[in-house]
Amino acid sequence: MTVTVDEHGAPEAHAPSPAPRRGWRHYLLGPGWIRVLWMTPLFFGIGFGIVVGIRALAGWDPVIFWDAIIVVGALTAAPIGFLAGLGAFDYWLAWAFGQPTRPEDHSGHGARRWTDYFRINTDHKVIGIQYVTTTIFFFLAGGLMAMLVRAELARPEADFVDPQTYNELFSVHASLMIFLFVIPAFAGLANYVLPLMIGAPDMAFPKLNALSYWLLPIAGIMMLASFFFPGFGAGWTNYTPLSVEQPFGNVFFSMAVQWAGASSIMTALNFLVTIITMRAPGMTFWRMPLLVWANFTTSLLVVIATPFIAGSQFFVMFDKVMHTNFFDIGQGGYPLGYQHIFWFYSHPAVYIMILPGFGIVSEVISTMSRKPIFGYRLMALSLVAILMLGFSVWAHHMFVAGMAPWLRIPMMITTLLIAVPTGIKVFSWLATTWEGKINFSTPMLWALGFVSQFVIGGLSGIYLGAVPIDIHASDTYFIVAHIHYVLLGGSLFTIFAGIYYWFPKMTGRMYNEQLGKLHFWLTFLAVNATFFPMHIIGIQGMPRRVYTYDPQFGNWNMFISISAFVLGASFLIFVYNMVVSWARGPRAPANPWRGQTLEWQVSSPPPLFNFDEIPQVVGNPYEYGVPGAKHAVFNGDREVVEERETVRT
Amino acid sequence: MRAGSLIRVLLVALLLAAIATAVAIFVPWLPDQASKEGERIDFVFWFVTAVCIAIFSVVASLSVYSLIKFRAKPDDDSDGPPVHGHTGIEITWTVIPLILVIAMIVVSSVALAQNDRDPSNSMRVEVLGQQFAWLVAYPPDGAAEDMDGFICFNRGPDNAIEVAERCKTSPNLVLPLDQPVRLHLTARDVIHSFWVPEFRQKQDAVPGLKTELTVTPTKIGNYPFICTELCGLGHALMRTRAIVMQQSEFEAWRQRGAR
Repeated sequence: MTVTVDEHGAPEAHAPSPAPRRGWRHYLLGPGWIRVLWMTPLFFGIGFGIVVGIRALAGWDPVIFWDAIIVVGALTAAPIGFLAGLGAFDYWLAWAFGQPTRPEDHSGHGARRWTDYFRINTDHKVIGIQYVTTTIFFFLAGGLMAMLVRAELARPEADFVDPQTYNELFSVHASLMIFLFVIPAFAGLANYVLPLMIGAPDMAFPKLNALSYWLLPIAGIMMLASFFFPGFGAGWTNYTPLSVEQPFGNVFFSMAVQWAGASSIMTALNFLVTIITMRAPGMTFWRMPLLVWANFTTSLLVVIATPFIAGSQFFVMFDKVMHTNFFDIGQGGYPLGYQHIFWFYSHPAVYIMILPGFGIVSEVISTMSRKPIFGYRLMALSLVAILMLGFSVWAHHMFVAGMAPWLRIPMMITTLLIAVPTGIKVFSWLATTWEGKINFSTPMLWALGFVSQFVIGGLSGIYLGAVPIDIHASDTYFIVAHIHYVLLGGSLFTIFAGIYYWFPKMTGRMYNEQLGKLHFWLTFLAVNATFFPMHIIGIQGMPRRVYTYDPQFGNWNMFISISAFVLGASFLIFVYNMVVSWARGPRAPANPWRGQTLEWQVSSPPPLFNFDEIPQVVGNPYEYGVPGAKHAVFNGDREVVEERETVRT
Repeated sequence: MRAGSLIRVLLVALLLAAIATAVAIFVPWLPDQASKEGERIDFVFWFVTAVCIAIFSVVASLSVYSLIKFRAKPDDDSDGPPVHGHTGIEITWTVIPLILVIAMIVVSSVALAQNDRDPSNSMRVEVLGQQFAWLVAYPPDGAAEDMDGFICFNRGPDNAIEVAERCKTSPNLVLPLDQPVRLHLTARDVIHSFWVPEFRQKQDAVPGLKTELTVTPTKIGNYPFICTELCGLGHALMRTRAIVMQQSEFEAWRQRGAR
């Protein structure tokens, strides 16, 4: 069944407009940006007061100690003031203090005008769009830094930026791409699509959902601000003791990771509870679309692993600001302890950054090939296998770090074993296309492009998993090539597949197919021209994280830099296409891809609470080619299906 | 799959394997090889390359064939056959990669075990990483290690590392030909990493810890000796030379200016 916009009306038809505004008190004290403007400095002042007060009482000199004031006032208290000003805590505080809470008039749902995207909004669809647009902003910022890095590396000499700036550029580039783009972009897409896919009206905790979104800009601004307090230049891995001896700006990274990590954990909890408790009737685990499976396993990874990076960065910050000695062996610390804790998060994090993409690609390939996903159960189980194995491989980042030599063997075994479930997924995608009716639309191009890039990245991963080769290739451009094949050719391609695939659903408009294809082919060619040669120069002896290098790598680097600029330019096509299509694109039908999952059974964009009647799930999500089969029915057409089932039995 | 399409897929696979093999052979991947450990690492490298070419040509040929053959006609709105899976095929593509993975694990483990050995006739060399230069120290024969396990690098009164006067020191790594060398590494300030691409061997030098590495040079030459762990602003400049010379030449060098 299809429901059009006309039948359901725009969101405003469902919700009454918010109460008319009343005078200056409302503007000053009501939730919003004006309250942000005074509450943020107020909270900074409170943090300032706490630090100065304690130091004055204890008689420490100097009383006004800016390092501590910035950490407590600017990086901890002021963001809380920002969130409070915006109204993230209003409901809970009113409830806690016995005040009347705002009645559920649905005014926190839906977006009626563009300004609604700039306030606390509890609608998962609005939050999903907030996430995606915010993360694309930080993606462009991080990409700009990559362009500057490549400008420096175009020629062997140091001729563009100074070494400190160079180190900050690649450090902040990686941090933004990981913590402000890939991880939250997946969270954003799933935020929009996942409740629709399981037949739920919203996420389980809408207010928590809004809060976890608004933590993101805080983290992103902190990372960008590190440039003004030089500097965070120890690489995104932030290894001690180098990070402890960095200038003060390093704490901006330590704290930004706390905000981004908190956002991740809250969202993951929200997904877990939503998936476990809010599935539509009939939606058993074995009837969930693979995107839901992917986000289920990812959320488990996030909830279990993220506290470790939070801990590791707190330790670094304490060592730096409070002069503790977690990692100084002369003072009873252990220098490799940092790396173990850091990678115990950061290896599972690479699966946090790819499993949701696996889910997106499974949806796209099945729909666009007009065939059921091949080996659905094994596809879901391989996600679970990756989840489990993913926690047992962290020290493969430390093969040359100086840990106990024997530990390298078990880590190599688990690392290479993880190739098996990953291989199962690749083979299953290919088998899904086999004998299908493949429709090479833009999302499908990105999905297939992802598979090809991920195969190359997976194969270079096998080289790195084999300890003897890793000893040679570790910390070279071979590593840079590998991570960009799996994170850029991998995660980024799946994000684009998802954005193009659900763009009609999210905006109610179609994007321009020609521009989408141009964007794909330009990016695809530029990615390979940029990153494939990095394998060669890395193996030949070019270390990573250097601003000047042996002139013998000059020609390759010039070629790589030019390709990288083409790659950077290709995203301008994407931005143009998205902006123009969102504003003026042709109206999208409810189900432009003829998909069977639930999000395609409602209008584009969906009604305010997703489903006007609760769907009844009656079958698997990918029943393409099965005559008369349906994933779900609504009251109106239930009889038809019951009839069919009788015939079948 | 019918016989006709099987043959076509095989042809594509052979073509792709040939291209991948050409890329593997004709692109100058590995730098010169100048150590016995490097020989074993290179063997693992080419073994893994062979496996990867096989996997790549199977995956790539199936995808190329599938994407060309099964593309939908412009006005074809029908669905593909409702194939949900095939247990036999699924077991096959779980088991075969498993076997390949085990083979690579075995080959890697053997090479690693051989490269990690400290031969009884090895010569001891101590290496200190510091911002932003390497210091190589050659301890006199028979000298005893201190509590931290070093002969040449001792902790002074303020816990800072001091270089013992009885050791010959050099900013370059100078090694005799065909002599197994056991490197004992540490660092003064932050983590550095020892790497000579021609030796293939790499090991972090960590402040407060002792790490070890075996290198047996097999070719006379002058090679880059690079820090590969980001160690601060001068990281990119922390590069010097590793020089391999004849035994007799090395002995003469070692006596020269010995303290």
